Amino acid sequence: MESLERVLMEQPFFTPLDSAHRAALTRYAEPAQFPPGAYLLHENAPEDRFYLLQQGRLALQVHVPGCGARRVQTLQPGEIVGLSWLIRPYRSSYDAQAFEPIRAIAFDAARLRALCGADHDFGYELMQCFMPVLLQRLQAARLQLLDVYGTLL
Amino acid sequence: MALSSEDSGTRLASAAMVPRIGRILRRHRDAPGVWTVEIGETDPGVVPCAAGQFNMLTAFGIGEVPISLSGDPRDGTRLIHTVRAVGAVSRALAKLPQGAPIGIRGPFGTGWPMHAARGHDVLLLAGGLGLAPLRPVIYQLLAERPRYGRIMLLYGTRSPAEVLFMHQLEAWRRHLELDIEITVDHAGAGWHGHVGVVTTLIGRMGLDPVHTLAFVCGPEVMMRFAAAALEAAGLPDTSIHLSLERNMKCAVGVCGHCQLGAAFICRDGPILPYARLRPALAIREL
Repeated sequence: MESLERVLMEQPFFTPLDSAHRAALTRYAEPAQFPPGAYLLHENAPEDRFYLLQQGRLALQVHVPGCGARRVQTLQPGEIVGLSWLIRPYRSSYDAQAFEPIRAIAFDAARLRALCGADHDFGYELMQCFMPVLLQRLQAARLQLLDVYGTLL
Repeated sequence: MALSSEDSGTRLASAAMVPRIGRILRRHRDAPGVWTVEIGETDPGVVPCAAGQFNMLTAFGIGEVPISLSGDPRDGTRLIHTVRAVGAVSRALAKLPQGAPIGIRGPFGTGWPMHAARGHDVLLLAGGLGLAPLRPVIYQLLAERPRYGRIMLLYGTRSPAEVLFMHQLEAWRRHLELDIEITVDHAGAGWHGHVGVVTTLIGRMGLDPVHTLAFVCGPEVMMRFAAAALEAAGLPDTSIHLSLERNMKCAVGVCGHCQLGAAFICRDGPILPYARLRPALAIREL
């Protein structure tokens, strides 16, 4: 567990957490590994875990009838997999499928939600970790929506 | 009788307005609606064009358009330009068969600041057809490889089918000291590259902001977001260079169609530092 705490201490993603809150976070974390092709999240399934990628890449996918899986974003080491655990109904919006061997830290999302409710200081700092990611992905999605490579150049 | 400086300038501008006649040597399709044409000139021979400069290409009887060089600037035997067939002129240019005449004026404009890049890491950031004006930079960087530090290409486009120069990119990635990351906006499960906007790749590159020059070419809205992301990564705005497109007509800074603030993009650009462009890009009416 000590090494896991050290790993979390070194992750820029968790910079907003003070050391006590990082230690608390560690209690709900464990190492995880997945082979290529494995699913870390399933679209519309309860999102009871989220992950911090340490090694390998995966794709966020949406199943389109008649077209199969459509990739909407790829994630790589240092990035978070799973944001839907933050808000009701706590169900994944996408499939998250590994296309390389994955090494990650898995977090118990349900228990962390409960901790956020019980300790608002912890909850506020954890939201400070997640808000930049949410904003960045929102901006990226809007830029994709513009379809700038269509006819504008 | 000696010419006044005004007469001399007018005469120079007039000479620059007369197209030379070239011939299509070859053309090939690079992506849906995107064609690369190779042009030969016999009289007076191919006029050298620097990376980042453009020529005004004429489809006779239809019109002319500004197209940046997309070939090797050291190639003295032909000009290579890549065209997206979207308007009357570009569609006509893309259809010109081998041996057909084509009008050429130029080269015009500023090139990429290759000399300033010496001794630095170079980050090339391309969106869509914006890879074409950056390809001459890659040729030159690789030809003078020891002069530069790390070379990175981040390229974003709409889908895997629309990746330009794919075979060349793969060859460069395999054999040369060039970090290439390609991302697309949408892809099926068969695509194992990145999916997402190109700006999201910037933070993953581990840039040394003090020693990096960034050359950016793509749709203007993409370049605005790219410049913001590069600044967030620590690059000063003087180290970020953009290639702008505007409504270029005369190409010699006379007609004013391409004016952006105090700059004529045809003459003062198309490559300009973000430090100079930033105020003008923020004005929607320009």
